[in-house]
Amino acid sequence: MTPYGNIVFFIIIGILLMPTIILGLRGKSAKRYNIFISIVVLALIFGNSLNGSISLILFTVFQILLIIVYQKYRLQKNSTSVFVIAVLLSILPLVLVKVLPMLGLHHLFGFLGVSYITFKSVQMILETRDGLIKDKISAVELAYFLLFFPTVSSGPIDRWRRFYKDLHTVPSGQDYQKLLLSGINCIFLGFLYKFILAYLIYNYTLIYLPSQTYNYLTPFQGQIAYMYMYSFYLFFDFAGYSAFAVGVSRIMGVQTPINFNRPFSSRNIKDFWNRWHMSLSFWFRDYVYMRFVLWMTKKKWIKNKYTVSYLGFFLLFFLMGIWHGLELHYVVYGLYHALLIISFDKFERWNKKRKIWPKNKWTHAIGVFITFNAICFGFYIFSGTLL
Amino acid sequence: MDKQQVLEMLVELCEDDIILENQDIDLFEEGLLDSFGTINLLVEIESRFNISVPITDFNREEWNTPNRIAAELAERQ
Repeated sequence: MTPYGNIVFFIIIGILLMPTIILGLRGKSAKRYNIFISIVVLALIFGNSLNGSISLILFTVFQILLIIVYQKYRLQKNSTSVFVIAVLLSILPLVLVKVLPMLGLHHLFGFLGVSYITFKSVQMILETRDGLIKDKISAVELAYFLLFFPTVSSGPIDRWRRFYKDLHTVPSGQDYQKLLLSGINCIFLGFLYKFILAYLIYNYTLIYLPSQTYNYLTPFQGQIAYMYMYSFYLFFDFAGYSAFAVGVSRIMGVQTPINFNRPFSSRNIKDFWNRWHMSLSFWFRDYVYMRFVLWMTKKKWIKNKYTVSYLGFFLLFFLMGIWHGLELHYVVYGLYHALLIISFDKFERWNKKRKIWPKNKWTHAIGVFITFNAICFGFYIFSGTLL
Repeated sequence: MDKQQVLEMLVELCEDDIILENQDIDLFEEGLLDSFGTINLLVEIESRFNISVPITDFNREEWNTPNRIAAELAERQ
């Protein structure tokens, strides 16, 4: 069963969450019960494929062992090569999932959510290396974090230290009521986005675009219309899904970070990446870009610090591109965004000296307009119709 | 390390004197700091005050104003 795919899924989790809600409203902890229903829902999501279930279990056990063993090691020693091996081992299954189908081995290994679990797992190894995760990790809580069912298929990507805090705080009845209401709100927003708006855009525009337009549009206009409609569809579909995931998490007492914050009102491309698929872009920002730039700055291999930053952007967006898939259009999509962000950064620094582009409501409006069109073109590349 | 030194460092990094006027200004909201600026800040903190702050510990919600940065550093000394 696909999570949040149909009404039956919502009815089932609605019933399963009843005891969670009652316990929460009484100010009691529902942690044990929530762990129990997670197993039930995971069985529903993954149960249709024996191969997928076995892959998921083996994969999770592997990641848990890796994290716990690395943490034990890190409390005693801190060698860089052990750290690098731990990170490589952690991403190895994801790399196999991406590469094996290219070798014709389609059904060997792979299941829903493998990359999202990998993000969480790599993050824990990096933070352990930084000495930020010192307390003993319970394997059950770690499994609950990695496989937290509301976000297991497509995020948002939570962080262990944040999740752990939520897991060990029991809100008062009143606080839980607020959390519950905001959660229900999110779920209804998700219905509006995914099942109404995304559905309408898909069925009334996208299936006719770009070329089945019965001479209403020229081929060029068809492509343009497709570009904008696809961008809106992508947003409402994924923001809708994310709202479900955040809403259900809140009902379970976990404040999963939000994924979208009005991305189409971004005033520039940097602003956009703070508003679009936020948990993913923050993950790449914190664990790829910033680490790379810091490491290069310390090594002093490249004198110019802006060159280092631009290399960091290329690395970030290249990885983000191939993470979506190894097809050419995803790589080009990543490089396109790297170019946008580097050009904007150069402009921003140039303008800091000359002060030609002031900060007022007019420049803001123009900025939003340009950014909106630039990102829609990016999604057009992403859609794969161009390449 | 005193607060004045932290402020001087921030003025140099952000290239803006507004930090001296308003020490509760949100550096990320105002576009004075971004991820790149953060890295330079961490490098400077380490070389000037000999305090090592891991990137993953640098949380934008807790390190967003000159006053808060000074307080965080005072705590770690």
